Amino acid sequence: MAFIKVENLTHIYHPGTPQESVALDKVNLSIEAGEFVAVLGTNGSGKSTLARHLNGLLLPTEGRCFIRGLDTCNEQELWQIRQQIGMVFQNPDNQLIAAVVEDDVAFGPENLGMDPQEIRAKVNASLQAVNMAKYRTFAPHLLSGGQKQRIAIAGALAMDTDCLVLDEPTAMLDPQGREEVLRTVQKLHEERGITIVYITHFMEEASVADRIVVMDKGQVAADGTPREIFADVPGMKKCGLDVPLAVEVVWQLRHQGIKLPEDILTEDELVEALEAYTCQSN
Amino acid sequence: MSIELKQVSYTYMPKTPYEHKALDDVSFTLDEGSFTAIAGHTGSGKSTLVQHLNGLLHPECGQVLVDGVDLADSSRTGRQAAKEARNKVGMVFQYPEQQLFEETIAADIAFGPKNQGLEGEALAKRVKEAMELMGLDYAAYKDRSPFQLSGGQKRRVAIAGVLALHPKYLVLDEPTAGLDPQGREDLIQIICRLRKKWKLTIVFVSHNMEDIARLADSVVIMNHGQMAIKAAPQAAFEQVGILQAAGLQEPQMLHLLHRLQAVGLPVKADGIQLADGIHAIKEALSHAK
Ligand SMILES: Nc1ncnc2c1ncn2[C@@H]1O[C@H](COP(=O)(O)OP(=O)(O)OP(=O)(O)O)[C@@H](O)[C@H]1O
Ligand SMILES: Nc1ncnc2c1ncn2[C@@H]1O[C@H](COP(=O)(O)OP(=O)(O)OP(=O)(O)O)[C@@H](O)[C@H]1O
Ligand SMILES: [Mg+2]
Ligand SMILES: [Mg+2]
Repeated sequence: MAFIKVENLTHIYHPGTPQESVALDKVNLSIEAGEFVAVLGTNGSGKSTLARHLNGLLLPTEGRCFIRGLDTCNEQELWQIRQQIGMVFQNPDNQLIAAVVEDDVAFGPENLGMDPQEIRAKVNASLQAVNMAKYRTFAPHLLSGGQKQRIAIAGALAMDTDCLVLDEPTAMLDPQGREEVLRTVQKLHEERGITIVYITHFMEEASVADRIVVMDKGQVAADGTPREIFADVPGMKKCGLDVPLAVEVVWQLRHQGIKLPEDILTEDELVEALEAYTCQSN
Repeated sequence: MSIELKQVSYTYMPKTPYEHKALDDVSFTLDEGSFTAIAGHTGSGKSTLVQHLNGLLHPECGQVLVDGVDLADSSRTGRQAAKEARNKVGMVFQYPEQQLFEETIAADIAFGPKNQGLEGEALAKRVKEAMELMGLDYAAYKDRSPFQLSGGQKRRVAIAGVLALHPKYLVLDEPTAGLDPQGREDLIQIICRLRKKWKLTIVFVSHNMEDIARLADSVVIMNHGQMAIKAAPQAAFEQVGILQAAGLQEPQMLHLLHRLQAVGLPVKADGIQLADGIHAIKEALSHAK
């Protein structure tokens, strides 16, 4: 059984009013347990709306959304669903609620009914994972933008769920912070088989996923491995997106007659290929 | 004319257990027409710094002068001038939600210019112009609520609200965060165009080294509340130690070129933009033959 199954999901905000807006339009999507899926798409393409369906924060206008077979439309199952999905929202201000950082991070685990000792351990570990342990007694609303974002991530980690949904978790972080967060997520995925849904506008981040889903105007426009998705360089640009630097460099060099393998995705692979290219031409 | 920071220090919650010195003796001058980037690690004081530029925060020690006027002047004779000076500085906050509050998008964008005394046709024209600059179709968006938008759409509205002020100094706190790649590029083009057209002086907080390289004539790198360096981007990027200490990384292309050098490819590592990098790699490949 798929971990996440979205069937014919349509979401219309304010239906029947002048503000009516179709945010999701008959989306079908199935994500297996243990998959790391990145979601790309232009502003307004429906990514956050989709994310908010995965823990039943929004309910379908039409269609269904199942988490491990549980239906978000079924009120009795909703609580169970929320226990299984750790969410990081796009704007941390919507997520930070307690007056003190450590209470905020403890909020999720407390709701799950974890025992106090375990909660303390989880709070410590997650604050450490995002490098914010020394801010545990601070007020979240008095932190800098990037610090808030880290606390929001810690809150999701502390719930210790089998699935994490992260909506642009690194948008406000400095480059080193971005790398750290991505590495933490990758580690959870690799070492503990956590299912990851990772929304981002950074193509480099998406390239570490097992699979990329591209949203466009409320629909799934493309779905494949990073190599498949980024192979279409002009196509990605045409729909307002981009490709990782290594892919772009290879694409341009190949167009200028330099015979490099076409399926290069990472900087490591590019360096290796260019090294090989010069050796072979010597 | 210019903005001058003179030995500015700022402490949040002084004399409490949470006391935090967010700015420590920062001095620099932003000349008229200049484009200055500000970069630095999470919590390094960037937002605190830019909030001093329009008098939202006042220095604990030191002074901020806009066109020679001290923004903190509260004397009977200086108060009015300080207010006028603050109004020359348009500020886009880090989170758009921090500055959206009206019921409709059009009303939200009209708020600032209305306060400046604009009304009627002239006001409507301003709003339309700002929305069009930000790629927000006037008819489709004007009556919508600014809160019922996607993250990136909110950001566009927030920026439009500031552009509608026709400020002389434009301060943008991480304005491209949350924009899609095309949206980022569009915003950068708009900023460049307005810079020329309106003769703007710009301050731009960003973590994107490529954007800093192509836009800014100087970059201020913040580290734990102190200014680590203010230099031309090219020169700053050579200070890899300072960059790393401040949570930053050298531009991606530069990083790639340096790695190619390390494996023995004879590339010149001075390109930051894509075209320069491609050129350098091609040169090296033809030499290697
Ligand atoms: N609360 C709301 N009320 C009405 N319409 C909404 C609301 N939230 C979002 N929308 C609309 O639904 C569409 C999808 O929005 P969504 O937030 O899912 O986009 P997104 O892909 O997450 O974009 P971004 O990259 O900007 O965060 C957009 O057209 C948006 O204007
Ligand atoms: N209102 C406040 N009260 C107390 N401390 C604060 C307040 N605002 C910010 N700080 C602290 O001051 C420091 C500088 O914050 P600032 O917001 O200027 O950082 P920043 O460089 O903009 O970071 P980011 O990149 O994360 O936005 C941080 O350590 C932060 O925790
Ligand atoms: Mg979103
Ligand atoms: Mg900030």
